[in-house]
Amino acid sequence: MTQSDFFSLDGISKRFGVVQALDNVSIAFRPGEVLALVGENGAGKSTMMRILEGVFGPDNGTVRHGATPIVFGEPRDSHRAGIRVIHQEPEIVPNLTVAENIFVGELPRLAGVLLDWRKLEERTDRVLATFGMQQDMRPRQLCGTLGPAQRQMIEIMRAIRAGGRLIAFDEPTSSLTDDEARRLFSVIRRLREEGTSIIYISHRLNEIIDLADRIVVLRDGRLVDDSPAAGASEQTIAKLMVGRNIADLFTRETWRSGEQLLDVAGLTTDRVSDVSLRVRRGEVLGIAGLMGAGRSELAKAIVGYDQRIAGTIAMNGVPVLPNSPHAAIVAGIGFAPEDRKHEALLLFRSILDNASLCVPDKTSSFGFFNRRKALEIVSPLAAKMSIKAPNLDEQVSKLSGGNQQKVVLARWLARQPMLLILDEPTRGIDIGAKAEIYRLIDELAASGIGIILISSEMPELIGLADRVLVMAGGRITAELSRPDIDEATILKHAMPQSAPAPGDHIQ
Amino acid sequence: MNSLELRASKAQTDARGASARLVERLGVHNISLLVALAILVVIFGSLRGDVFFSSRNLLNIGLGITILGVLAMSQTVVIVGGGLDIAVGATVGLTTVSTAMAIQATGSPAAGIVAGLMLGGLAGLVNGIIITYGRVNAVIATLGTMAIFRGIAFIMSDGQSIAIFSDTFRFIGIGRILGLPLLVWILVLTAIAFHLFLARSIVGRNIYALGGNAVVARFSGININRYRVGIYIMSGVAAGLAGILLAARTGSGQPVSGSQGLELEAITAAVLGGCALQGGKGTIVGALLGVAIIGVLNNGMILTSVPTFYQLLAKGSLLILAVVIAEYHLNRT
Repeated sequence: MTQSDFFSLDGISKRFGVVQALDNVSIAFRPGEVLALVGENGAGKSTMMRILEGVFGPDNGTVRHGATPIVFGEPRDSHRAGIRVIHQEPEIVPNLTVAENIFVGELPRLAGVLLDWRKLEERTDRVLATFGMQQDMRPRQLCGTLGPAQRQMIEIMRAIRAGGRLIAFDEPTSSLTDDEARRLFSVIRRLREEGTSIIYISHRLNEIIDLADRIVVLRDGRLVDDSPAAGASEQTIAKLMVGRNIADLFTRETWRSGEQLLDVAGLTTDRVSDVSLRVRRGEVLGIAGLMGAGRSELAKAIVGYDQRIAGTIAMNGVPVLPNSPHAAIVAGIGFAPEDRKHEALLLFRSILDNASLCVPDKTSSFGFFNRRKALEIVSPLAAKMSIKAPNLDEQVSKLSGGNQQKVVLARWLARQPMLLILDEPTRGIDIGAKAEIYRLIDELAASGIGIILISSEMPELIGLADRVLVMAGGRITAELSRPDIDEATILKHAMPQSAPAPGDHIQ
Repeated sequence: MNSLELRASKAQTDARGASARLVERLGVHNISLLVALAILVVIFGSLRGDVFFSSRNLLNIGLGITILGVLAMSQTVVIVGGGLDIAVGATVGLTTVSTAMAIQATGSPAAGIVAGLMLGGLAGLVNGIIITYGRVNAVIATLGTMAIFRGIAFIMSDGQSIAIFSDTFRFIGIGRILGLPLLVWILVLTAIAFHLFLARSIVGRNIYALGGNAVVARFSGININRYRVGIYIMSGVAAGLAGILLAARTGSGQPVSGSQGLELEAITAAVLGGCALQGGKGTIVGALLGVAIIGVLNNGMILTSVPTFYQLLAKGSLLILAVVIAEYHLNRT
């Protein structure tokens, strides 16, 4: 490998509205090295991946290949330069065969027009053999019939077949079993030996310590650490990721909870199994788990969005009718979903319209919308949460993520709910707005509202929750109470099976 | 920014000039429609000013757009709710036939009106159920029922025109009140009702929510299935009303003549008026301006002797142009 094969980032900055997603970040990706990229959600990892892929360009700084700056107009350009990002959700075409998916864009032809199946199969066999995947899939198998791990392998084979020299893995193990993960690691090690630059993004710190040569930590868009993996421990990495000051963001005035509010027993839907939980007035119940553990699905089951197959839900001892979000709202349950843009907001309507959506009774006269009444309800809430906008008629699509989230919260506060379910309420929000939302959670709990807080950010759960339920595979695997809530215990119960012990997957 | 500032910025808006406030109230889109309308008027006025500006011709335009106006407004509600109803033209044909047959059988105009509205509502219910519970794409579902409703109209009428001999009923189509045709009054009243319903009522606002994002609407406790079926019933009843007006004007019930192509014009008017085909966007005022543009264009093309076949070219192009403009705006915001 020569010097010119280095990819590097040089002083990259990227801003989205008020959020500084990346701030003057410089990294060199060395050939034959596994570089682990860690950071909390919103730290800037995915923004960096998108810039590498050419989805968008940086505001400042350059991506270099050797000494030459490269400008990407579109993802094809980055592919041509040899950069590949393997996403969590593999981009494969289910109705095409394994062979076609691997060789898409470079299918061998007969007479210029026909697909040369013989040659394609031959090449695919060769690629499969290199990866030891002959047992797992056949060239002519349809990709729709493959499992998640095999789909991911297809992406990897495609990337390498196309001459990927920098391959980034974005949370590759989140949908894999231990055994599949082990095989992925051995593939990654092989790639490293062959001189490929690897970027490995994961929340599983034990994997990172085991696999990586170098660890780069991002926090709030800044590079806070870039050092060899040797000697790093989970504790030191976690500390760097979170930063010291984050604990100060959390205030809980009282840890006093009142009488029983929500009682869920044996709740089962297509995606959650036999979940029982209770929430008291004034209590913050945290829900922890990895991506795909069924946390959002649990929320959707409680609010009647997903079809309830079995189980009961009661508010204040009164059963809540199944499969009716309306019944849940009437029972006093509010829900701020994780995906604000697609599940919570009417992007092309105003703040006022969005915030008054769930209180038609309080904002109308004789079935007609009454603007004065709506303003009377929404204005104080907007002021209380300091929503930053020229006026309440502003389209919510023009607001920052934090302000959009506040509009969603205003919608539910207008209803004065007894129970509020918040699914990743601070995702994609700048640190200032985060602090305001934490303060609001504390205030609401102190006023006697029960809160279910679903979060992937450990400090949030540890700092705010009275109790934490850990979920994996659609079930509750543990219940932790203050003060026994800590990251290691949560992670231990969040893993689908027991975590692979360091070292035992070297084959 | 706190609530004081929110209020302050509102005061600022009030302090600006009356013209600026007018622009804000009407919206940029509606103003551009008015400009387009003015351009058409200037073109046809300069070509055939003698006839075009005569009060008789202006009334003709008004009469011509009544039926289309009702359909464009109901189509706007359907599109805002995230749907599309291309069976409206066929429903109009079906209801003219049923209205004429009911009057022929009973001699009572009231029976004809009830028959038209009921059958229209029933046709809408069928559409709504197929789309909502059969989970069929709205375009395909109403494309199918369009053929079915036409077929039923042919079967009922045996392909014949059915004459209506009730003067009371004919009065709806040709009578005047305070110097203006009754049809124009009906358009004005339905327009006010539609505008209040869509822009101001809670149900109307929930229709915007449904079309803007059905997931959000459902999370907000809106019974989206009931709303969807209700919207198509409304569209059917509106088509029934249009059918009654058409029958009263022509004095007959006919399966095809007079109602063919109305769906194209209604959708064109709605989209011209600012409806986004993805749903969640559109206004009654815009739809009416779209209707006026189509009305003037139709009238002007007849006055300037554009052959019928070429008129079809113009109408089709107008729809596509309207959608292209709407998409362009959507992608810019």
